Amino acid sequence: MHDKDLVIIPAFNESEALPEVLADLRRVLPGIDVVVVDDGSADETARVAALVPGVTVLRLPFNLGIGSALRTGFRYAVAEDYQRAVQLDADGQHDPAEIPRLLEALDGADFVIGSRFSTGSTTYEVGHTRRGAMRILQLALHLLSGRRFSDTSSGFRAFDRSVLEYFAVNYPSEYMESVEVLLQASYEGFRIAEVPVRMNARAGGRPSTLRLGLAYHYVRVLVTLVVRASRRRAAPVAAPTDDEGAAP
Amino acid sequence: MIPADVFAAADPSSEVGAMTPRAHVFVAVAAIGVLVFIVRLVRRHGLRTKYSLLWISVGVALATLAVFPDLLTVVSELLGIYYPPATLLLLAVGFLFLVVVHFSWEMSRSEERIRVLAEELALLRERAERSGAQVGGTSDRPSDAGD
Repeated sequence: MHDKDLVIIPAFNESEALPEVLADLRRVLPGIDVVVVDDGSADETARVAALVPGVTVLRLPFNLGIGSALRTGFRYAVAEDYQRAVQLDADGQHDPAEIPRLLEALDGADFVIGSRFSTGSTTYEVGHTRRGAMRILQLALHLLSGRRFSDTSSGFRAFDRSVLEYFAVNYPSEYMESVEVLLQASYEGFRIAEVPVRMNARAGGRPSTLRLGLAYHYVRVLVTLVVRASRRRAAPVAAPTDDEGAAP
Repeated sequence: MIPADVFAAADPSSEVGAMTPRAHVFVAVAAIGVLVFIVRLVRRHGLRTKYSLLWISVGVALATLAVFPDLLTVVSELLGIYYPPATLLLLAVGFLFLVVVHFSWEMSRSEERIRVLAEELALLRERAERSGAQVGGTSDRPSDAGD
């Protein structure tokens, strides 16, 4: 059992921004363990990450998407017996100095989301289309889960052991998994908390969503959410520890 | 309601559902071609038995129809379809629809399995490198360039 915490950094073609992110992390939190999951990058991501002492690199053989990269990180955390973990983006938009606040919030929750939009955080500019689409997702999420989340696409999150174990097996691999997983975690009965955080503009890499296919992607997420919700009402799918839906 | 003999009246030279000898031969050859093609796929390219059985039964059904074209007329009458070729199309479209849906499901399942395998591979690779570095004292990573 580890008394250390783990930072999970999923990275796809982030060799430009990653060294600075890792250096920052080392400077701010020297005692924390770091695992970089290289999601089949075509550039030097895995190599630059391995250059930093104390950073573990997991290399996926081909690009599987953020969901699978994260799930790999969760599997690693569970296998290496970490009790808590934080997810941090490789592009430098998350400030490592906020990590302790996310971890502190785990005292009263199982799953903590660093939110750009909840009160107290500084401004983070998003485009109009994107903001509108996010609102629709928030509404769908609210209708399906009965909860409100101010930031449904945050990749700055903290997890306790129970959530890590659940996500190591069940983390979704569909597009924009951060939305779906909120619904999933609510249904599983995990205690979810939001903590306001500062986020920087991207230091490198490309935004994960292109405007061109935006509408299609949001429709896809909506469908995923509805499917997720309908599954809950149906029989529990391969969930041995699920006592919620086990009644005849 | 359209009486069945409307078509017969429109084309007095042949009964509905009947085939000219040339069409007969054509369908028979096509059916044999399908069977040969499937058997070759199984033998040379490792087509899974479950799929080969599926397509062989299609070939057999086609061959049966080629030999007994009246079967189609009989089935059409049973289903209440006046125009036998429509029966053939209906069955073909329905069958292909089911096959494609089944393939979508199988592909989803295969993709998920490949994901899990790749994730496990990443963990094992790291573990192997770590123990290799401890035993051999080298920090060289196995090269995976050029894939």
